[in-house]
Amino acid sequence: MTALTMPARPEQDASLRPVPWRRMAWVTWRQHRFALAGVAALLGALAAWLWLEGLHAHHAYAVAADCHPASSGACGNLVGYFLTYVSTAQTIAIVLQAVPALIGAFVGAPVLAREMETGTFRYAWTQGFGRWRWTLAKLVPLAIAVAAAAGAFSVLFSWYYQPFLTQTVSFNFQVPLDSGLFDLRGVAFAAWTLAAFAIGALAGMLIRRVVTALAATLAVYTGLALAVGLYLREHYLTPLLVKNASPPASAWVIGQQWYARGGQPVSQSTLGQVLQTAPQLAGGKGGIPQDDPTVNQYLVQHGYTLWTTYQPGSRFWPFQWIEGGWLLALSVLLIAATVWLVRRRAA
Amino acid sequence: MNVVEASGLGKRYGGTWALRECTLAIPAGHVAALVGPNGAGKTTLLNLAVGLAAPSAGAVTVLGGRPAGSPAALDGIGFVAQDTPLYKNLSVADMLHVTRNLNRRFDQPYAQARLAELGIPLKRKAGKLSGGQQAQLALTLALARRPRLLVLDEPVAMLDPIARHDFMALVLTATVDDGVSVLLSSHVLTELERVADYLILLSRGRVQMAGEVDDLLASHRVLTGPAAEAGRYAERPVVHVRRGEAQAHLLVRAGPDDPVPPGWEAHPVGLEELALAYLREPGAAALPGPARGQALPLDTGEPSEVTR
Repeated sequence: MTALTMPARPEQDASLRPVPWRRMAWVTWRQHRFALAGVAALLGALAAWLWLEGLHAHHAYAVAADCHPASSGACGNLVGYFLTYVSTAQTIAIVLQAVPALIGAFVGAPVLAREMETGTFRYAWTQGFGRWRWTLAKLVPLAIAVAAAAGAFSVLFSWYYQPFLTQTVSFNFQVPLDSGLFDLRGVAFAAWTLAAFAIGALAGMLIRRVVTALAATLAVYTGLALAVGLYLREHYLTPLLVKNASPPASAWVIGQQWYARGGQPVSQSTLGQVLQTAPQLAGGKGGIPQDDPTVNQYLVQHGYTLWTTYQPGSRFWPFQWIEGGWLLALSVLLIAATVWLVRRRAA
Repeated sequence: MNVVEASGLGKRYGGTWALRECTLAIPAGHVAALVGPNGAGKTTLLNLAVGLAAPSAGAVTVLGGRPAGSPAALDGIGFVAQDTPLYKNLSVADMLHVTRNLNRRFDQPYAQARLAELGIPLKRKAGKLSGGQQAQLALTLALARRPRLLVLDEPVAMLDPIARHDFMALVLTATVDDGVSVLLSSHVLTELERVADYLILLSRGRVQMAGEVDDLLASHRVLTGPAAEAGRYAERPVVHVRRGEAQAHLLVRAGPDDPVPPGWEAHPVGLEELALAYLREPGAAALPGPARGQALPLDTGEPSEVTR
């Protein structure tokens, strides 16, 4: 009852409770709804394209796969018709590689860069909400929103791409672990989008200029994605080895190397010289025909050993979780760094 | 209660001290003016007080001991930054909504009534308002939070005389009606005489003078007498000498009861004249409490203004 008899002094009143988080939700929505609408429009347009293309491709695939006998000319024509969808699929896969980068640059980078550039941070950070809470209440919902949108989109993409990954129809041009494809399916696409957003947010806080931060985000994201695709991903799990034989068709081949009898690696030119002693083979022009069974057989007969390192297709999901996991950790770290910078930054 | 209290406060950007060894206490219930030339550290001091910047040395508290920038401090301070930053693509109504959501208190009826009085349409984008209207909007947003301290950084620098007058009128109304304490920085001295009753003079990153305007005016006089004798006057600390051909004007630290030398006349000093004199003599200091101001030797080549 002391509360009634003793009116709370403002000093005590002020330490009561902070402004509720939910009130920031409206502010974040109001200020970034156009950016979010842009993401929705971009992904929506791409989804519509995928959906239409996918319906046709799925149909063509089903017809070709059901055709009997498969060796007949009519079935060959149906397979050929289905294969006309492949080039579009490849184009779409290339286009989608840019989507996380664009979201990171156009949604992530301006969040803080615009405040710094226009000076509105002086307004925002002196309101009762508190500046680090303000930062968190902006970055976290936006990060979740773009990651969720990307995740939903990649489910559609996985459906769309399914026919191009199956081996029933006598061809197989891409394996699930291939660099151009792996990061568009499973959890990876959402994780890359999240990471791009986090890179953008931190770049915006560090650079404080929208356009520069945007360009930096694109550059950093592209560098990271290339480094991961070219160097890092193959090391997630110890690759498997196969000797003098082809890896499974779904495998992602990482490297092949010929070894001499003594166990030392053999260079391509040495192999070329060996092949020149076998005039019945097509080789002998300085290199060796890759994956030519006759050539391989000839070399094996002459005492050479071919070791192939590869990641089996069955590791798709373990790889997805590994990549999704570290990208999530990286994103959390980058957002935490951004909030920390906001807290300590002097005006 | 002191609305701002700083002890040994300093802020360094890179290798340069923007503010150093700043010790002051601004009591509540004043319109305190922070005056100084460009680069004197006014904005730095205000940024430290509202928690936008962190001190490199010393400490600053607000509203009776709340650490600057703490939630309790932010809650009680309405701040209008230089050039009144607003979200230009938001409507006035949305700016009100954003500010309401970001604070524990927001007096929506007050804000709407004030904006209606000022003729600022709620539907207009903040970026489409005139400079004066933007300043008024920013001030309204700050006041509608019902702060106990209003901090304004160069609020009228960009405004035309009418907008300037209207702006200061709104500030004064708030202080009278709601008991809000005000700390404002300005290099427009003419405004201050009308509004400020507490003066802090910053020069080269240090507090040169601070105190209630009435006390400061009462403890300074202008002595006018023969120019030839100006150098001999040394009874009281001389702040500034203005020499004419025949007469010299000395601004001295002296009360109304202090004796006037024979052949000299004493006049009270105005706030603008006082501030200008101190600004011209960055070495002179007048601080509250035990006088730290020192007598200045007059013929040491210190800059002095020569009048016709």
